[in-house]
Amino acid sequence: MTLFAVACAVIYPLFHTGRPWLAVYWLLPYPNTMGMWPNFRSPLIWDVFAVSTYGSVSLLFWYIGLIPDLGTLRDKAKNLWQKRIYGTLSMGWRGSARHWHNYEQAYLLLAGLSTPLVLSVHSVVSFDFASGQIPGWHTTIFPPYFVAGAVFAGFAMVITLALPLRRLFGLQDFITDKHLDNMSKVMLVTGLIVAYGYLMEAFTSWYSGNIFETYVMKNRLEGPYRWLYYSLLVCNVLAVQPLWFRRVRYSPLAIWAISMFVNVGMWLERFVIIPMSLHRDFLPSSWDMYYPTAWDFSTFFGTIGLFLALMFLFIRVFPAIAIFEMRTLTPEAKVKEPAH
Amino acid sequence: MHAETRAPELHGLLAEYRSAQELLDATRRAHAEGFRAMDAYTPYPVEEIAEVVCDHHRSRVPLVCLIGGVVGALSGWALVWWTSSIAYPLNIGGKPYNSWPAFIPVIFECTILFAAFSAGIGMLALNRLPEPYHPVFNVGSFRERGSREGYFLCIEAGDERFDRTRTREFLTATGALEVHEVEA
Repeated sequence: MTLFAVACAVIYPLFHTGRPWLAVYWLLPYPNTMGMWPNFRSPLIWDVFAVSTYGSVSLLFWYIGLIPDLGTLRDKAKNLWQKRIYGTLSMGWRGSARHWHNYEQAYLLLAGLSTPLVLSVHSVVSFDFASGQIPGWHTTIFPPYFVAGAVFAGFAMVITLALPLRRLFGLQDFITDKHLDNMSKVMLVTGLIVAYGYLMEAFTSWYSGNIFETYVMKNRLEGPYRWLYYSLLVCNVLAVQPLWFRRVRYSPLAIWAISMFVNVGMWLERFVIIPMSLHRDFLPSSWDMYYPTAWDFSTFFGTIGLFLALMFLFIRVFPAIAIFEMRTLTPEAKVKEPAH
Repeated sequence: MHAETRAPELHGLLAEYRSAQELLDATRRAHAEGFRAMDAYTPYPVEEIAEVVCDHHRSRVPLVCLIGGVVGALSGWALVWWTSSIAYPLNIGGKPYNSWPAFIPVIFECTILFAAFSAGIGMLALNRLPEPYHPVFNVGSFRERGSREGYFLCIEAGDERFDRTRTREFLTATGALEVHEVEA
């Protein structure tokens, strides 16, 4: 499951870059003939570092995690090319005890280092908004609220993808009902944190006494996009409440349906934060409506396609569940200390 | 031209066991017998076996990772400080050129990046991987089962207590299913 989630996470930086041919030019600090350097006080450059570190560390973690399994695939491979490709990728892994000794340490360290990275990448993304002045962006609650939102959306996505695979490949013994129960609980808790975030946004806009901040909330509740804000509340707050019940958490169909609500809800949250804050900023002269163009839609569907294509390719050629980790859970893997 | 160095004909003796438990017991006995140049091969990590084989030495990966993290933090700070204060000083909102609180995110990311890659690449380097050829792969049953369900112990010919016949007898006595000679 870890591997699977990491593999999914690697895809996100690809979506993030926006205009990659220009991004390299202004964003990466490299010596150039103009003698210019990026401004390291800008949250946009923090984001470049956060996302690229997140992407490369996830890729490393994912690859290191695959090495022993690639060794297994190499030994199972029937045709010569499969043997060569898996053999090269597995780096000649032979399961030596001396290697496992270092490997386990490295794997543990990478897991430990990835955890603060997950928190930092979403906090830094939220700084892009929070350090701007647009009402609806300029809030201190953003970093924890984005992290909770990311965990919420992440678990929903894992459930969305893992449940059909579990059914299709008969993986009920590996992704057990207990796992689903726990994932649902995490989704419920982070969903409540996100709901608290919505509540605090509303409270702060009222309590600030600032007309622009108050107007953000008024616009969300009564403005032209209000139906999106109400749908957001339905998807992200109401739809997850059935997870309080044990029967719901043990029903794959029910949690899959809830996870779809969350996927839609988290997309709506981005819409509420980004275009809805921009379309009514300080000056009424700059007010307008945002209507996505055909290109916006095709990019959006394109990313979904890319994601699914990469994921299906991954499942086709690599193990979706870490083989060696599963072996350590078998009864034969338990060894006893000698009797003294 | 005649090469002066003579390649050893035998890498060692490779014994196969039924389970991780039997392999662990055999490894312990070999260690007690005084063998040090040996290695165990399992399809998944078994901490107890690794401890015996590594003679209870701790892994050096955490140290490499720590050094990587410190180097990452220092080089991250050097990058932002040098570019913002020396190479290209810009007045941004009246902040000092070395406005360190605003540099924390970049320094933090560099720390993690270097630490993670030191742990990953350091692990591979300490394990001397990638290593496309290794003598144990000459044994057919190792190629077949080594990465799946086989539990192997190899006592290497480099060990000073190694003796082709007596070591074979010793391995058979530890309950090995089969003992193979590993060509170097």
